[in-house]
Amino acid sequence: MTVHREVLTGKHLMQGDVACAEGAIAAGCRFFAGYPITPATEIAERMARRMIEVDGMFVQMEDELASMAAIIGASWAGAKAMTATSGPGFSLMQENIGLAVMTETPCVVVNIMRGAPSTGQPTEGAQQDVMQSKWGSHGDYEIIALAPASVQEMFDLTIECFNFAETYRAPTFLLADGFTGHLWERVVIPPPEEIKTVERKKPVVPPDKYLPFKPDEDLVPPMACFGEGYSVHVTGLTHDELGYPKTTDPKIQRELVNRLCQKIRKNSDRIIRTYEFMLEDAEVAVVAYGIPSRSSLSAVKMARKAGIKAGLLRLITVWPFPEKKVEELSNNVKAIVVPEMNCGQVVREVERVAKETPVHFLSKIGGEPHSPSEIFEVIRRAAKT
Amino acid sequence: MTVIQEFEKHPLAKYLRLERFPHIWCEGCGDGIILNCFVKALDDLGVNMDKLVVVSGIGCMGRVAGYIKCDSFHTTHGRPIALATGIKLANPKLTIAVISGDGDLFAIGGNHFIHAARRNVDMTVICSNNFNYGMTGGQVGPTTPLNSYTTTTPYGNIEHPFNLVHLTAAAGAVYVARWTALHVKRLTESIKKALQKKGFKFIEVISPCPEIYGRRNKLGKSIDIMKRYRQISEIRHGYDPAKAEITREKIIVGEFIDIEKPTYGELLQKQFLKIQKKMIGG
Repeated sequence: MTVHREVLTGKHLMQGDVACAEGAIAAGCRFFAGYPITPATEIAERMARRMIEVDGMFVQMEDELASMAAIIGASWAGAKAMTATSGPGFSLMQENIGLAVMTETPCVVVNIMRGAPSTGQPTEGAQQDVMQSKWGSHGDYEIIALAPASVQEMFDLTIECFNFAETYRAPTFLLADGFTGHLWERVVIPPPEEIKTVERKKPVVPPDKYLPFKPDEDLVPPMACFGEGYSVHVTGLTHDELGYPKTTDPKIQRELVNRLCQKIRKNSDRIIRTYEFMLEDAEVAVVAYGIPSRSSLSAVKMARKAGIKAGLLRLITVWPFPEKKVEELSNNVKAIVVPEMNCGQVVREVERVAKETPVHFLSKIGGEPHSPSEIFEVIRRAAKT
Repeated sequence: MTVIQEFEKHPLAKYLRLERFPHIWCEGCGDGIILNCFVKALDDLGVNMDKLVVVSGIGCMGRVAGYIKCDSFHTTHGRPIALATGIKLANPKLTIAVISGDGDLFAIGGNHFIHAARRNVDMTVICSNNFNYGMTGGQVGPTTPLNSYTTTTPYGNIEHPFNLVHLTAAAGAVYVARWTALHVKRLTESIKKALQKKGFKFIEVISPCPEIYGRRNKLGKSIDIMKRYRQISEIRHGYDPAKAEITREKIIVGEFIDIEKPTYGELLQKQFLKIQKKMIGG
């Protein structure tokens, strides 16, 4: 049997963080920059061991500002690049996440969410950075964030993150809770030929004809990297199609910022992934993501046993928010239940699109995930209204 | 004749993005001199422009990345060295020059600077030190001399300034030099030496800011500031950088540090070969 250093084909008992690192390597990630932080450190540790084996590059930077800057630099030098962190580090990365958005730099940022604000609960899982993922950096922009709910998905969705980052030239987030990051479960890693990976579009014109920020029809410009002879200028300032600063021309700012949003919005059908369970005839729907979606699944089964027509919509893509899907759902059910490990973040989006349909929010913070019976109780109450 | 046609006649024009000229710098600013010396060094060395990346931060000097005709990155404030580290480590074949100002490199970016020097990442860092934040109108910075006037030290500066060459030498740079914008030939030679040397190299350039810092501190026109550089600068190669503090009476210039030390990339390559051998063997 051939042993692949890049793809560890086979069945493994693996930790979520480690599966994320292996997913990245399988996706073609060859540059990792990071800074230690609980509960994401194991990703950096795995990368420190593994990158050298696959001819990749690992560097521990002086902080998360630097880690984010380094992966942007690495991406422009042609590498698929990633960093991993948790809340406090994620806050520090926001500045350069904005730079990655503005410069259309493909890269992946993993956030293993822990209890917050501030230093909070380093060892406890949470879902408190969902809105920070969407709005954390300054200005208007759209991002892609995927929320795994198992160790298998820590592997699979990390690959998906790289594919989205390369396709849309945008920073893409793997938004996992600390429980999923530290969970040990079975992971099946397929053979390399069964893993779909995507590479960024390259220019098809010679350097003198190339406009580095002129988009194709899909609103994404082909990307020439450093050292390829295209003399690309990259700036965080508002820039024209040549990449040159044009900071006082209203038209250029309007076109650029709208395109950065539209390239994600217009492709949202391609980006949005959901999982549905018993929704066909459901009267009460649970909308959940990450670890609470697992308790929700059990709660829905409990409800069905109790004769309540309940179902589950699990959001795999959290951003862009699957609003069409949730709106459709809200037209078909009597009530929606949203359990989250925060004080109310995705529920705001659900309420925004559900309009008249009652939305029952079940907050749980502190470091204990929801139990199935807690969610079941809310389903039962919701079914009566 | 249009402005661009006139520029095209310049012997170093091919290194510049002429369509972006005239530049933003004030009359008498030292940043244009630094750009001139840098491209002259590229020309003298015959640097492959397809493999050169110029990285800069925010501020007056930060605009330099957009003027040189090669791959270039105008990053966020203070982050050019962290970003350049990513570029260099992901593609070791590229030559990296970071050109930025004192505030960008040593205030907001100070942490990245010392750690890149400590790691000995292969890059040349050129700092235009004009003793204040020029682009935002002249605020106090990490190199502003004691008692100087800026918009945020209206009663005089009470913060002690960094001695950049001492700081850089202590952080582990393999090459440390200081010149003023008056020392055009020596600065060019210094840049050439740095570009040819492996490791983290640092050149401080004392740069006149007649319109902002100079005006507020009554230093006169650029020509007066340049005359002053001639009077008070003293070339002392190999001088102890700890003693090379800039004072009103003296600016010690020259090459302070020129040593050999394995770079981050070299040590990594060694480790890589060892691991690869082990993997093939085992």
